[in-house]
Amino acid sequence: MIRAEHLSKVLSGVRAVDDVSFLIRRGEVVGFLGPNGAGKTTTLRMLAGVFPPSSGRAAIGGHDVVADALGARRHLGYLPERISLYLDMTVRSYLEYVAAMKEVARRLRPGAVDIVMQQCGVTTVARRSIGTLSKGYRQRIGLAQALIGDPEALLLDEPTAGLDPEQVAEIRALVRRLASTRAVLFSSHALGEVQVTCDRVIILSRGKILAEDAPAALAERLRTMTSITVEAEGPVDAIACAVSSVDGVRTVHRLTGSTGRIVRLRVETEPGRDLRPDLVRAVIDAGFTLLDLHADALSLEDAFLALIGRQTERP
Amino acid sequence: MKTLHIWRREFGAYFRSAFGFVVLAAFLLLSGYFFYSDLLFFFLWGGQSLHRGLWDHAFLDMRLVLLLVVPLITMRLFAEERKLGTMELLWTYPVTDRQIVAGKFLASFSFLLLMLTPTALYPQVVALLCPLSPGPLIAAYLGIVLLGTAFIACGMAASSITESQVLSAVLTYAVLVLSWFLTWNEAIASEPVMRGLLYLSLFDRFYGFVSGVIDTSDIAFFLVFIGFFLFLTLRVLESRSWRGVW
Repeated sequence: MIRAEHLSKVLSGVRAVDDVSFLIRRGEVVGFLGPNGAGKTTTLRMLAGVFPPSSGRAAIGGHDVVADALGARRHLGYLPERISLYLDMTVRSYLEYVAAMKEVARRLRPGAVDIVMQQCGVTTVARRSIGTLSKGYRQRIGLAQALIGDPEALLLDEPTAGLDPEQVAEIRALVRRLASTRAVLFSSHALGEVQVTCDRVIILSRGKILAEDAPAALAERLRTMTSITVEAEGPVDAIACAVSSVDGVRTVHRLTGSTGRIVRLRVETEPGRDLRPDLVRAVIDAGFTLLDLHADALSLEDAFLALIGRQTERP
Repeated sequence: MKTLHIWRREFGAYFRSAFGFVVLAAFLLLSGYFFYSDLLFFFLWGGQSLHRGLWDHAFLDMRLVLLLVVPLITMRLFAEERKLGTMELLWTYPVTDRQIVAGKFLASFSFLLLMLTPTALYPQVVALLCPLSPGPLIAAYLGIVLLGTAFIACGMAASSITESQVLSAVLTYAVLVLSWFLTWNEAIASEPVMRGLLYLSLFDRFYGFVSGVIDTSDIAFFLVFIGFFLFLTLRVLESRSWRGVW
């Protein structure tokens, strides 16, 4: 439904998006994660037809976004990162205008507008001028315009930004409901949100896809590479030194909660190796008392940061 | 059809605030004042053919008022969308750049016609006082519509390159006033150059119409001028494909 093949975009000499490929099927919600400047918005804009890719191709509902731009846009609902609405129009007249632009038949327009207003909870402000409404309402109107015309593909750029927790929960539930018959790609900074809402996560950094998997699988896959908590009794420097000497340890951090001679350390290890036995031996051989040692379960946030961190460390 | 929806939104936008009413009132006030002065001049001082001379003066004055007013009409066309970011959404709907440009252009053109329509009362006032020959009047109206439309095309192109409405208006004034004044000072250029400037001057092309002469080459010139600035606007919109932002 939403297909990107080797998508790249060069803006002002900088490769903002670099060889990005993915496929999102009907019924799937895919989260687009990445730090600021990762290329999320640029990718979404190319998919939405705002501007064409420098190379590669993208298609919405089987229609190429460049060769058959209008065909692709007929299957598309897009919510931009910076929600932009005509502030001088009333909510209803604005949505009716959007319905006309999206080729909803004249006699179906009032009904189509009523449905999206109800879905997005803006019916009570239908006659108000958009300029007088709060950011939360404007965000919902933005989502409502994306839903008009019942598009099969939804591209939502940070749809819950600026909403209060209750509204965030509503929008998440709405996105889940909508996804049953649509392909949804939505970008977010909120990792928890992606974890709860999405079937799959695409992590983007510096324009490239770093990882793509289900949130739980992603965290699981990265589990082997990350951290082990060590609690031991003795001088902090000596214990840290003993732990650091183990082959495969990358970093050692002292954790808060260390009291007196009891030291808690977080040890980050190389991927694909279980260093727990080596660490147990290292602490005991150095003559200290080992109180606790366990591998930390990784949240998606940890996985995300670990991935981004790895990317940053590359020369 | 979508051009029509864009036209309706844009034309409606003039009247969703006081802006459209104020501009309309200002235009009618100024052009009415000029017409009244010209009429008094001809009746009190006479000396020239009223049929020719009155319209000559009245439409040359109206040209000045249009020069003042049209950049205000066109300044928001794209600059406002650029500032609000609404173009980004418009581009994701199944609508072409041509339809967008056409809808906006026609909205300003409609506003121009709306401004000019009440001025049709002026000849009727004259007709009460003396017999009226419609020929020169038709030529003058054709000229003023073409001139106003050329101003709109120029103003729309200026509006497409900036997100500041003020800058858009100033830029339009600069281009139009320069194209007017450039032919005033013959000392600034050699004769062949000046002949070229006169040939390209919007305002010199307008003189034929107010004299009651409809020359197809003048009409063609205005149409080419308008087409050039519409083309320029389209190219600016398309620049998003390599600039990334707009």
